[in-house]
Amino acid sequence: MEPINIVNSVIAPLDRKNVDTDQIISKEFLKRIERTGFGSFLFYHWRFDEQGNEISDFVLNKPEYKGSEILVAQDNFGCGSSREHAPWAILDYGFRVVIAPSFADIFHNNCFKNGILPIRLTEEECDEILAKGLEKPYNVEVNLAAQTVTGEDGKVYSFNIDPYYKEMLLNGWDEIALTFKYEEQIAAYEAKRIAY
Amino acid sequence: MAKNIIEKVWDSHVVYQEEGKPDLLYIDLHLIHEVTSPQAFEGLRLAGRKVRRPDLCFATMDHNVPTKNLPTINDPIAKKQIMTLADNAKEFGVELADIGHPDQGIVHVIGPELGLTQPGKTIVCGDSHTSTHGAFGALAFGIGTSEVEHVLSTQTLWQNKPKTMEIRVNGKLGVGVAAKDIILAIIAKWGIGVGTGHIVEFTGDAIRALSMEERMTICNMSIEAGAKAGLISPDATTVEFLRGRRHAPKEDKFEEAASYWLSLASDEGCSYDVVLEIDADEIEPIVTWGTNPSMGTGVSKTVPTAADFDNESDKQALKKALAYMDLEEGQPITSIEVQHVFIGSCTNSRLSDLRTAASIVEGKKLHPGVRGIVVPGSYSTKAAAEAEGLDKIFTDAGFEWRESGCSACLGMNEDIIPSGERCASTSNRNFEGRQGAGARTHLVSPAMAAAAAIEGHFVDVRKYVKQEV
Ligand code: SF4
Repeated sequence: MEPINIVNSVIAPLDRKNVDTDQIISKEFLKRIERTGFGSFLFYHWRFDEQGNEISDFVLNKPEYKGSEILVAQDNFGCGSSREHAPWAILDYGFRVVIAPSFADIFHNNCFKNGILPIRLTEEECDEILAKGLEKPYNVEVNLAAQTVTGEDGKVYSFNIDPYYKEMLLNGWDEIALTFKYEEQIAAYEAKRIAY
Repeated sequence: MAKNIIEKVWDSHVVYQEEGKPDLLYIDLHLIHEVTSPQAFEGLRLAGRKVRRPDLCFATMDHNVPTKNLPTINDPIAKKQIMTLADNAKEFGVELADIGHPDQGIVHVIGPELGLTQPGKTIVCGDSHTSTHGAFGALAFGIGTSEVEHVLSTQTLWQNKPKTMEIRVNGKLGVGVAAKDIILAIIAKWGIGVGTGHIVEFTGDAIRALSMEERMTICNMSIEAGAKAGLISPDATTVEFLRGRRHAPKEDKFEEAASYWLSLASDEGCSYDVVLEIDADEIEPIVTWGTNPSMGTGVSKTVPTAADFDNESDKQALKKALAYMDLEEGQPITSIEVQHVFIGSCTNSRLSDLRTAASIVEGKKLHPGVRGIVVPGSYSTKAAAEAEGLDKIFTDAGFEWRESGCSACLGMNEDIIPSGERCASTSNRNFEGRQGAGARTHLVSPAMAAAAAIEGHFVDVRKYVKQEV
C-alpha cells in the first residue's frame, strides 16, 4: 500500500448524503477478480447516461474538478454493501482522501486498508468546504501528520484520527505482516478457545 | 459487574490488547462467497501465505449464480468468478457448497441451516448482511476484502470496540405485521445512520416472541440502520433451532453447549451506551417509497411531502428520491402499482417466509401485468418448500419458482428489474439501480409482496389475514 501524508489538490464537491457503495461501484462491475481497473466505473450511473455519454452536470465530469485527489461529501458516506470495490474504484480513479461528516463503518475500515485517508470534519465544516468548492474550484492541502486540512484561503480545519491507522497510512504498512508478529498470542488463544 | 452480550462475546475473543491500538479479535467462523474473496486469495498466493484455519472457513456461491437453466452459466465473467472460488477452495482446503451441492444457497441462509452459526461465536464474511447471524447471539459483521485476506491468513482482525446500543421493542406485534415491518419501522423512525459505530442488541417482548427465522430478518437489516452488527440474546428458541443441525454439537455435548450459550444472554441490570424504545403495537405493515431503507411508511399512509421535513437537505433528498421513484408527494401508498414482485434474498427467503407468502396467494392468480418470482434462500429451503407443495401454490398462481441464490436482490445474474419498472421486493436495499439500472424498488414483507402480486398495487395485507381467521 502507498504511504500517504500530504495531498494538495482541488476538491471534488459531491454535495450528497448517504452515498452508498452501490452508487460508488455498481454491481455489474463486481464480477472482476482483480483489485485494479475499477476507476473507470466509479459512480458509473451518475457519470454516464444509458448510451454511455458523460452527464455534463455531474461533478466529476466538470472540467474544473478533473484531476482532484480529494472528494468531499455529506453525512454517512459509503453506507450499504461491504464491497471493497468501492474504495478500489475511488483510489483507482485518483482520489487519495475522502472528507465527510461521517462514514459507514465497513467503508471507513476499507479505506485504511487501501491507503485512502477518510477524514471526518463536522457537518458545518463540510458544508463550508462544499459551498466554497461549488462556488469556484477550491484548493486544499491535507496533512496527515499534522491532522489538518488547510484551504487556499488560509482556513485550517483539524481532524482526529485513530493513531493506529494514522501510523499505518503514514508508513504504508501491510497489516497482515504486522499481525504475524502476534503469532504466539494467537496460538495461545487457540489453545484455550471455547469451541463447540 | 452486569454485562451485556456484546461485551461478553467481545471480551472472550480478545487475543491481544494494548493501549492506543484496536483489539486483536479471534474469529470463530469465516463465511466466504465468490464476489468478495478472489482478490483475497490472490493476495495470499502472491505473498506465499496459507489459510491458517481452513476448518473455520466455509464457502459457497450465491451472488452470481443463475436461478434458472442451471448448470449453464451464460455470463463468462460471472462464470470465471464462480470457478475461481471453486479453485481457491480446493487449493486452500476450504469446505465449499458448490453449485449443485444440496447445501448451496445464500451464505446467510445456509450458515444457520447447517448449524455453523452458533451463539457466542465471532462470525465474519465479506458481506454486509453478515449481521444476520447475530440472531443467534453471535457477534457477526461484514468485512472488506482486505479483511477477508487478513482473517484467512491470521484468523484474527484488529477491531476498535464499538459502542453498544439497545433497541427495545415492547408489546406485541399485530396480526399480519411481520418482523420485516419491525426493522423497517425502526429504520424509518431513526434513520439509516442511527447505528453507526454501534453494535445493537434487540430486546423486549416483541423480539422474544419471534421465531429464529424472524429474528434473522431483524438482525439482517441492522446494517441498514448503520450498525456494525445486530444481535439477540440466545434463549430456548435459539437452542431448539440448533438441536440436531449438522454442525451443532452432538448429544451430551449439545446440553453442555446449550448451557454455555444461555449464559451469554445479557445480564439483568446491564447497561448500554444508547437505549432506544419502540412499541410493536404501533407498527403497521411498511412500504418504502424512496431510495434508501429509511424512506418508508405505513401502508395506510401517503408518500411524505416536503412540508414533513424541517431541514433543507432532507427536502432535497425527498425530491431526488421521488424523481427517481416517479412518485408524487402525498400520493397514497396503496395507489402505487407494481410490475414485479420478488420474494427472496437473505432477508426473507426462508421456509417461514415462503409459507407466509404462499398462504396469501393460495388459490389466487397474479394480477395481469405483474411478473412474480420466488427464489428460495437455499437448496435445502427449496426442497423443504417443495415437500410441502409450496412451489405448486406459487406456480399455480403464476409465479416463477426458481433455483436458489441472491438473484434480483442485487441483480448480478440475469434477474434484473427493467429500467423504469417497479418491484415489490422482500429484499433489504432500495438504493438507486440496486435491482437494475433505473429499477424502482419498494421494500416490504413477504406477506405484503404476495398481496401486491395479487392486486397489482400495494394493499394492507392485514385485510387478507383477517378474512382467513
Ligand atoms: S441476498 Fe442480497 S443482501 Fe443478501 S447476501 Fe445476497 S446480495 Fe447480499
